[in-house]
Amino acid sequence: MRSAALDEPAAVPVEAEDGRTALGGAALRLLSVAIVLGLWEVAGRGGVNPALPAFSETALAALAMLADGSLPAAFLVTLEPLVLGLAISTLLGVGLGIAMGLWRPAEWLGVPVLVILQAAPLAALVPLLTFAYGIGLTSKTLVVCIMALPVIVLNAYRAIRHTPQSLVEMGRVFLASPRIIVLRIVLPAASPVIFAGLRLGVAAGFIGAILAELLITPTGIGDLVTYHQSVADYPRMYAAIAAIVLASALTIGLLERVEIRLFRPERAGR
Amino acid sequence: MSAPSTATATRPTAPSTRPIVEVRGVSKVYGKVRALHAIDLEFEPGRLTSLLGPSGCGKTTLLKIIAGLIPPSEGEVRIQGRPVTGPGPERAFVFQDFALLPWATVLKNVAFGLELRGVPRAEREERARHWIAEVGLAGFEQSYPHQLSGGMRQRVGLARALAVDAQVLLMDEPFSAVDEQTRRKFQEDLLGLVAREKKTFLFVTHSIEEAVYLSDRIVLLSPRPGRVAGIVEPKIRRDGDPERIRRDPVYLDTVETIWRGLKGYVE
Ligand SMILES: Nc1ncnc2c1ncn2[C@@H]1O[C@H](COP(=O)(O)OP(=O)(O)OP(=O)(O)O)[C@@H](O)[C@H]1O
Ligand SMILES: [Mg+2]
Repeated sequence: MRSAALDEPAAVPVEAEDGRTALGGAALRLLSVAIVLGLWEVAGRGGVNPALPAFSETALAALAMLADGSLPAAFLVTLEPLVLGLAISTLLGVGLGIAMGLWRPAEWLGVPVLVILQAAPLAALVPLLTFAYGIGLTSKTLVVCIMALPVIVLNAYRAIRHTPQSLVEMGRVFLASPRIIVLRIVLPAASPVIFAGLRLGVAAGFIGAILAELLITPTGIGDLVTYHQSVADYPRMYAAIAAIVLASALTIGLLERVEIRLFRPERAGR
Repeated sequence: MSAPSTATATRPTAPSTRPIVEVRGVSKVYGKVRALHAIDLEFEPGRLTSLLGPSGCGKTTLLKIIAGLIPPSEGEVRIQGRPVTGPGPERAFVFQDFALLPWATVLKNVAFGLELRGVPRAEREERARHWIAEVGLAGFEQSYPHQLSGGMRQRVGLARALAVDAQVLLMDEPFSAVDEQTRRKFQEDLLGLVAREKKTFLFVTHSIEEAVYLSDRIVLLSPRPGRVAGIVEPKIRRDGDPERIRRDPVYLDTVETIWRGLKGYVE
């Protein structure tokens, strides 16, 4: 039931990925959000489950938590391992993926590790991490990295590997140096898939941050969720969950803007 | 096949200079596929040579070997007497699949070659604008390739190759996607370009009419492995009215001869 609540609002960034015309797209996105929230409201009032509060109750709880400062304070705590972990995963992950895509030895070294990481149930590593690094920031940051890194590396690697050969030939014919070919052709061509990996990695990193707080020690948003659940204050519990989902969706939307700005101006307003 | 390999070009030929491009015994094998076999050809400045042959006979392969994009399995290519080891500033290429940067505007795409040669921004954009207008795309400078039709994209690739002012133009089916009216205009423009500037044109086409209309010399290739099956030098007067060429009996005869020669490969 908790996972259902997590799934529904998460539909927002997926919708956001292919807006048609700017105006119609925005309208449809709003409509999609409105439908989900409306269903939530109906389900909450209809008493599908006593533990499911209506959207309006949740929103009021969120406002109250904003006002008393508990939500912002929890956010700041959760944000620390999250931002740290995502920053490390992004830099390291994109770097490793690009290296593997461009350089054979890195590919041979990296691919088996990636395959194992992809196959492993990574949450099972959390107790191990706690054993090795304690219950502090290090462990939580590592959980974020473990969740986010593989998908970022894999996408960056695949993106580089699938550079259209004819664009590379075009670069060579017009006398681009290997460095220029990488900077001006390979990276822009790869950027949509690299950024798709980053978006997936950010979503996974948010899951990792909450997972760490639920599995290691309850702090931040994880603490709010656990605490309000234990005292059966479901509106506040859902408010905490919804807040983190919203933050994740906004971050992912922001990433898309950054990509279009930096690499793919032709996709603006498409 | 035996094709007439006589005659002289009636274009005011420059005092016979040494060939700028020499292809010597070039073969190419891709794994099990023998794409080209023992190609010997020379190309002189100021002349346009067409490569004509069925699909898959190695025309693109030969052009890319001359461009220095792929190494031959055997033999060598020389440009101005020097062996080719890679691409060079004296060669430009028009790609069969256009090879445009999807994230760059028409202006940036056309200026790309100039930019890589270090031409300052103002100058390269001016030259790019000139060639964009020249291929009939004025007004589309700020468009992205996905906003253009296939034929328009092809013209962007053409403008990019012309903009770098290379001595040797390697054109892989440059007019295949443009409409018939534009194609005829481009063919006439190309004749003008060949007459005006002493460049070397290597032109791949599937159209016999186009080859005969444009070429000083037509190299017929046979399929798998690609071999020189014959060389035709149409004796067509190209001064005066371009429309007259298409009614010139020599033009019609040459088209017919080549067609009969190539028919054998169609089965
Ligand atoms: N990279 C490659 N790897 C393997 N085989 C190739 C490769 N490129 C071309 N070939 C083969 O070499 C032969 C010649 O190909 P090429 O592209 O040069 O033909 P083409 O004459 O340009 O054909 P078309 O008129 O259809 O463009 C074909 O049989 C093709 O299958
Ligand atoms: Mg070809």
